[in-house]
Amino acid sequence: MTRIAVRVAQLWIIPVTFLVWELTTRVAEAIYFPPPSTILVHLYEQWFSGPLVHLFLTQDAFDHLLPSLGRLILGWAAACAVAIVVGVTLGRLAVLADFVNPLIHFFRSVPPPLLIPIFMTLTGVGTPLQLAGIVFGVVWPVLINSLDGARYVDRGYLETCEVFGLSRVQRLTRVVLPSAAPKIFAGLRLSVALALIMMIISEYIGSTEGIGYRMLVAQSQVDIPSMWTAIVILGVLGLVLNAAFLRFERHVLTWHRGARKTD
Amino acid sequence: MINKKALRGAVGAAGFLLILEILGRVGVIDPYTLPFPSSILVSAAGLLANGEFLLDVGVTLSSCLIGLLLAVVTAVPAGLVMGTLPAVERAVRPLVEFLRPIPSVALLPLAMFLFTVSEQGKIALIVYTACWPLIINTLYGMHDVDPLAKETLRSFGFGPYDVVRLVSLPSAAPFISTGVRISASVALIVAVSVELVAGGEGIGTFVTDAASGNRRDLMIAATAWTGVIGLLINSLLAGAERRIFRWHRAQAGEELVR
Repeated sequence: MTRIAVRVAQLWIIPVTFLVWELTTRVAEAIYFPPPSTILVHLYEQWFSGPLVHLFLTQDAFDHLLPSLGRLILGWAAACAVAIVVGVTLGRLAVLADFVNPLIHFFRSVPPPLLIPIFMTLTGVGTPLQLAGIVFGVVWPVLINSLDGARYVDRGYLETCEVFGLSRVQRLTRVVLPSAAPKIFAGLRLSVALALIMMIISEYIGSTEGIGYRMLVAQSQVDIPSMWTAIVILGVLGLVLNAAFLRFERHVLTWHRGARKTD
Repeated sequence: MINKKALRGAVGAAGFLLILEILGRVGVIDPYTLPFPSSILVSAAGLLANGEFLLDVGVTLSSCLIGLLLAVVTAVPAGLVMGTLPAVERAVRPLVEFLRPIPSVALLPLAMFLFTVSEQGKIALIVYTACWPLIINTLYGMHDVDPLAKETLRSFGFGPYDVVRLVSLPSAAPFISTGVRISASVALIVAVSVELVAGGEGIGTFVTDAASGNRRDLMIAATAWTGVIGLLINSLLAGAERRIFRWHRAQAGEELVR
């Protein structure tokens, strides 16, 4: 109980920031910066004041929020699964990796938003476009990080494996994957952000629904509170995804943190 | 050894293009879907003499550079301070963790209101985006310092300042430079995104224009050039990193003599 209290107390800067924000915006009366209280009320009305049977979600939430979320999760998960498998495999096959390395790095260097206009001429506007955009954005950083992680394993560990006569499978699961894990997770963490960026951009450019689309409509109608509610939703989404991911990472990488800590 | 690697890479890239060309010629891939690699390469070569494209590239890159510099100047010192003073980190970290996951492009419509010149909005968004990887990587680096080294120094009577200077900073430096590299690629992504959505000058606008003219070859060629540019920036930074932080890689068990 006291530990929770201490953790909450450590977050003092958040309410202070909100308070300062509220006061400054009220005093300055800036057109483009409504006070947070106004945004919150609007957020509730626009997205979460629906009937109980719809879990309080409004029609707006059904039309724009849920499709965005579905595509985000589907695209991200599919891309990560493929990228980790391919990346770790290539990481252990140094010669093959040499052949494809420049290609991978080239594709990784292409800013993924540029592909949306190209995909759009193929798929038209809609879900396939969003999925293609998200997958392309996510795949490369995860692949490269998995490859690097699996490749640069401490030589001492590998030699120990050899001395103890570990099988290939054992070497992969006991040594290569754990030692690649921090790197893989670094890639995954980056990819969460990229997936979100691609979701938003693809909805800005090629969609008739989704949070990004809704936001751009609000922008063109100079509907500032609606625009801010979309910002808040996307921010909270980023925050929640990141927090969930960190929890998972901490759970999986406990040993790594332990090895790096003394006091 | 390096030459062998480069040769294999070149073979891989050439093979990839060749396969696509053959698949296109045979009719497996519809040439409308993906123009022949040969014709894309011709368009790509043509872009090098295209003044409009070169100007757009210049605009995009200069916004990236300005944004990145502003971000480095603010974020790295902030990360160092947070990494050395646990009290500051405890206080500010929640705010950083709160702001960081907000996707920068979500702020794009707001930036379009705030900055009537799209160039400024672009730079502002780049600074916002580039700041977080820099701060976080600096912090990661400060936390990843070998505790044994720190304690050895402490037990030899070195003060906290010397510990930062002699141990923490050198061992965080590779992380910081990784942060710069990540920020550079994210900066390019944000710059292009702003151009795609808000227009103005730049590579993104060039691709949008090519799309409205139904020039798939030009779209792909311009995108490919952007990829090449991104790759060049990244390899330059990575090369510098390798040269400067040789000891870091040596620790990771990579052969130095090649």
